[in-house]
Amino acid sequence: MSEPVPPDRVKVAIIGSGPAGLSAASRAGQLGLSHVLLEKTDHLSDTIFKYQKGKRVLATPERLDLRSDCRFAEGAREYILGNWDEDAANNKVNVAYHADVAEVTGEKGAFAIKTAKGDVFHAENIVLAIGTQGNPNRMRCEGADLPHIIYQVDDPEDFKDKHITVVGSGDAGIENALGVAEEALENTVTILNRSKDFARAKAKNVSDMMEAGENGLMSIRTETQPKKVEPGWLTLDTPDGEERIPCDVIVARLGSVAPRAFVESMGIEFTGPDREAFPKLSPTFESTVPGIFVIGALAGYPLIKHCMNQGYDVVEFINGNTALTPADEKDLAAIFAGLPQQKSVSDWLDYLRERVSIFADVSPLQMREFMLDSKVAYYRKGEVVFEKGEPGSSLFAIADGFAEVEVAPGVTVPIEQGSIFGEVGLISGRKRGATIRAGADSIFVEVSRTAALKLMAAVPGAKRAINRISLERQLLQIFKGGLTVEDLAPVVETAEVERVSAGKVVLTEGEQGDDVYVIRSGSMVVEKDIGGKSIFLRYLPAGSFFGEMGVLSGQPRNATVKAAVGSEVIRLTGDSFRKMLAARPQVREATEAAVAERAAMNGFIESRKASYSSAVDLYSDTASFIMKEGLGEATDALLIDENLCVGCDNCEKACADSHEGLSRLDREAGKTFAHLHVPTSCRHCEHPHCMADCPPNVIHRGPDGEVFMEPGCIGCGNCMRNCPYGVIRMEAAPPPKPGLLSWLLLGKGPGPGEPSPKWTKKQLGDEKPKKIAVKCDMCKGIAGGPACVRACPTGAAIRVSPEEFLSIARLDEATD
Amino acid sequence: MASLFQRRRSKATQVERVRERQHEGFLRYAGFRWAKISGGLCLLIIISYALVDVTPRHNGGSWYGYTLGTIGALLILWLTALGYRKRRMTNDYWSLKAWTSAHVYLGLSLIVIGTWHTGFQLGWNVHTLAWALMMLVILSGLYGVIVYATLPAALSNNREQMTQMQMLEAIRAFDRQLHNAAQPLTATDSAAVLASLDQDPFAGGAWARLRGRYPNCATAAARVALAASQSSNADARAKVAQLLLQKEAALARLREHLRLRALLEIWLYVHVPLTFALIAALSAHIISVFFYW
Repeated sequence: MSEPVPPDRVKVAIIGSGPAGLSAASRAGQLGLSHVLLEKTDHLSDTIFKYQKGKRVLATPERLDLRSDCRFAEGAREYILGNWDEDAANNKVNVAYHADVAEVTGEKGAFAIKTAKGDVFHAENIVLAIGTQGNPNRMRCEGADLPHIIYQVDDPEDFKDKHITVVGSGDAGIENALGVAEEALENTVTILNRSKDFARAKAKNVSDMMEAGENGLMSIRTETQPKKVEPGWLTLDTPDGEERIPCDVIVARLGSVAPRAFVESMGIEFTGPDREAFPKLSPTFESTVPGIFVIGALAGYPLIKHCMNQGYDVVEFINGNTALTPADEKDLAAIFAGLPQQKSVSDWLDYLRERVSIFADVSPLQMREFMLDSKVAYYRKGEVVFEKGEPGSSLFAIADGFAEVEVAPGVTVPIEQGSIFGEVGLISGRKRGATIRAGADSIFVEVSRTAALKLMAAVPGAKRAINRISLERQLLQIFKGGLTVEDLAPVVETAEVERVSAGKVVLTEGEQGDDVYVIRSGSMVVEKDIGGKSIFLRYLPAGSFFGEMGVLSGQPRNATVKAAVGSEVIRLTGDSFRKMLAARPQVREATEAAVAERAAMNGFIESRKASYSSAVDLYSDTASFIMKEGLGEATDALLIDENLCVGCDNCEKACADSHEGLSRLDREAGKTFAHLHVPTSCRHCEHPHCMADCPPNVIHRGPDGEVFMEPGCIGCGNCMRNCPYGVIRMEAAPPPKPGLLSWLLLGKGPGPGEPSPKWTKKQLGDEKPKKIAVKCDMCKGIAGGPACVRACPTGAAIRVSPEEFLSIARLDEATD
Repeated sequence: MASLFQRRRSKATQVERVRERQHEGFLRYAGFRWAKISGGLCLLIIISYALVDVTPRHNGGSWYGYTLGTIGALLILWLTALGYRKRRMTNDYWSLKAWTSAHVYLGLSLIVIGTWHTGFQLGWNVHTLAWALMMLVILSGLYGVIVYATLPAALSNNREQMTQMQMLEAIRAFDRQLHNAAQPLTATDSAAVLASLDQDPFAGGAWARLRGRYPNCATAAARVALAASQSSNADARAKVAQLLLQKEAALARLREHLRLRALLEIWLYVHVPLTFALIAALSAHIISVFFYW
C-alpha cells in the first residue's frame, strides 16, 4: 500500500440526486460522514424537476413509513422540490453539480470516479442511485441549451395555440406530435426527420402520423434537421436550403442511453439478460462489486418513498450500523402477527426459506419483498382454503401441515409440506379447479400473482418447480383422480412447453399425429372443414386438452386446432400417453367418454350444417369475429346486440353514475359483425396486460374475477399503454354534481352521466386535479351487479365469457 | 387473489345474477312474462265486465268503475316512474329491461283498463280529455315500440363501425383536403366549394333531419356547379369533384345516422309531455269526481 491516499477521498460518493441519492446524501450529512453527491445537471432531482409545472406527486404506498432526513408528502412538484432544496442545505449535503459520471475504476476503499468534464472524485464506497431513465440524447445545434427545448411531454393539453416542432421521429416523437396536434388544441405542429423514411417507428404510429399529415393537422418534414434555435424561431436545414420557421416549443425525442450498459461496465452483475432484470444485490443493497451499492429505481423500486428509505438505510449500512431493520419491518411483523408461534421477522423469513422448496433459492432481500405482497395464515384441520370455481390467481405454499385437494366428490389427494398449490390459477388465469382444505392444522403462505410472477422471473429454480408441479396437477385434474403422480412421471418427463402465437395452427385436419396437448395458458379454437368452408366447432379454454382422438383411434386429425390468443401448450408424446392409458384402464375409459362426447357434438354441428347451412355459417363467422376481437382471452366481456341497441347511451351514463362520474366504456366505438358489437370496454383478461407493469401494484383480480384498481394509482399511464383494447382512460374525477331530483325538477347540474368537460372545467376553475387510470371494475361491491347491463332498457347489453356465449345452445337456438 | 382480501362468499355472486348467455330483447323478456300478465289482466276485465251486473249500467262511478279507475290511475303513476328509474343508478338489483318490458305491456293494457273504466261513456268533458290524452300517450308509445324493434339494425348497418364523432371527423378531413385542393380553382368555382365548406353539416332543421332530405345541400350544389363549369384547370377540377363526391357520401352516412337517431327519439318529445298533460287532466278528473260525489 504505497499509493498515497488522495486528500479528497470521501467515505461515500453518491451518484444521482433523485429521491434515493438525495436521501442517502442527507443521511451522510447528518451522520457527519465525508461524502459527495454527484449530479449531472445544475439542479437536484432532475426527473422530478422535468415534470410539468404544478404536477402533483403522490406519496404511495401509504402503509409504508417514510424514513429519511428529507421531507416527502403528496404535493405539487414545486412544493416537493422546494422542500428538498431546503433539506439538502439543512443536512449539509455536499453536491457537485455538472458531474456526469463517465467511468468508475478501482475497488472498495479506493474508487476513482471520472466525470465527463474530466474531474476525478475519490471514494471508499459508491452508492448508485441513477434511476432507470437513462440520459436523453440532447440537441446539438446552436442554441441547444435554450429553455424552450423540452425532452418529454407530460400532458399535451398544456400546449394550446403554439408553434411546436418535434425533433426525432421514433415512436416517442411521433406519439408526442400526435398528442399536441389534436385539433382542439389548435397548435401548429411540425415533425422533423433526418432521413427520408420512418424506419425506427411502429407501422401504426407512422400511418397515424401520415393520416394526420394528410388531414393538415401537422406538417411532416423529412431530410430536415434543426440548425439554429432562437426564442420563438427555429432555423431548419432542409434539402432546399435553410428555412426559418416560427417555433415556441421544441420537443426533442432523440432517444436515450439506457443505464444498464454503464452499470455493467463497472462489473455489476444482473439477475438475467432480459429487460426486467435488476442488479444482483445483498440485503444491504451491495452489488456483486464490493463497495458499490445500488438503490432506487435501478434496484427495482420505482416508488419515491421506497427510494428515500433505501437512501437512508444504505448509508446507515455503510456506516457500520448492522442492527438497522428496514422500514418495512413493521409491515412484515404485521403479516406474521396472526400465527400461533411467536418469532422475529427474520426468523420467520428463514423458517419459510428453509421449509418451502420454491423459496429455497430466494435471497433475504427478495424474500422480504415477496412477503410484503403475501399473506401467511394459520388454518385449522378441515378449513377450506378456496373452493372450486372461485376466481383467484394467487399461489399457496405449505410451510407447515399439509393440504387436501378434492379431485372428485369424496376423493382427496394430499399435498405435502414444502410444496405449493393454486398454481393452475396463477398460470392459466382461470378459476380454481378444485376445492382445497387444510389436512391438518397448517400454515399456508399465500403469494399474490404479481409477487409469484416476480419470483418466477427472478429465481429460475422456483420457476422450474412451479412449472413441473402445475403440469402434474393439470393432468391429474383432467383425468379426475384415476392417476397418481407416479403414473404421470413418464408423461411429464417427455412433456414440452410450446409457445403458440395468436392464430397459429397447432393441429391440422387430415394430418397424421398422436401427440396430445394440454392448454397451459391462453385458449384455442377448433375448426373443421365442412363443405369447403372452415366451420367453428368449439372454444377450448386453458386447462383443456386436445389431440386425444388421434391417440385412441390412430386416425388422422379430424379437426384443425389453432390458438385464439397468444398461448402456451404442453405437448405430451403419444407414446407416453398410450403407456399411461394402458397402465390405468379407468383413465382410458374416461378419455374415451370425453372423445365420444366431442364426436357427438361434431356430428351435431355437421348434421345442422347439412340442413341449416346459413345458420351454421353465421354461428361460425360470429365465433371467428369474437376470437379476432381478442375475446379469446376475456373472462367477462360486454357484448351489444345492435338489433336491440337504440343508442341511448344509458349504459355509459349508468357507468359514470355508478362510479366517480366517469364512464369506463365507450359504447359506440369498437368493431361490429352481424349486428354483434364489441364496445370499448374491459374484458377482464385471463392474464391482464394492464397488470404487467404497475409501479405501485394497485391492479388486482377481485373475488368475482374482476380486474380492478385499488386506490394508490400514481398516474404513470403504463396500464393504459399496455392494454391492447384501449379500455383504460387517464382522467381526473369530475366534481360532485347536484342530485337527480334537482336536475329533473329544477334543471340543476349537468344531469345523468359523465358531465361535459366544459361543465367540469367551469366547476374547477384553475384547479388541475391529478389524472389517474380509470377502468371497469365490473361494478365491484355494487350489490346489483354491472350497471351497464342493468341500465340497458332494451336488453342489448350483456356481459359474458366467450365460452358461455359460444355455447352450442346458441347454434341450437339459431337453427330451431 | 380470491382469498387475499376476502375469504367467505356466497356461491351465487351478484354478478352471476345478472349474467345472461344470450341477448334477449325487452319484448321477449322472461318468455313474454309481462305480455302474459297484461293479456291475462285485459281478459279478466273484459270477461268480468260482461258478467258483473251493475245498475243502472256500467260507468266510471260504479264500484266496478272505481276499481278499474284506481288500478288505471296507479298504473299511470307507476308507468311514469320509468323515467326516474332509468336515471337513478341505485346499487340494488333491478333490470331496466324488465321495467321496460313491464312498461310496454302494462301500458298497452291501459287501453282496456281505461276504456272499460269509462263504461264507454265518452263526451266533451275533462274526464274524456284524460282518456283521450291517455290514448295519445299509448299511441306514441306504440310508435316507440315499433321503432325500437325495427330501426336499431338499420342504425347499425348504416354506421358500419364508425362512431358519430368519427363521421364528423371524416367530413372535417374532407373539408381540409377540399380547402387545399380548391386553391387552383377560379373564383366562381372556388366560391361553390367554399359554400360547401361553410355549411354546417347539421344545417337543415328538424324536418330535414327526420326526412333525411337536404335540398339546400351546398356540397351537392358545388358538385353540380363544378361539373358544369369549364373555367378552371381540368385536373384540379376533377380532383375537387372527386373529393366533393366523397364528402357527399360521408354526409349521406351522417345524415342517415342522424335521421335514424331522430326517429328513435322524436316520439319521446310527444310521449313525455303528453304524460304530464295526462297526469294533470287525470288529477282534474279525480278531483272533479270527488267534488261532485
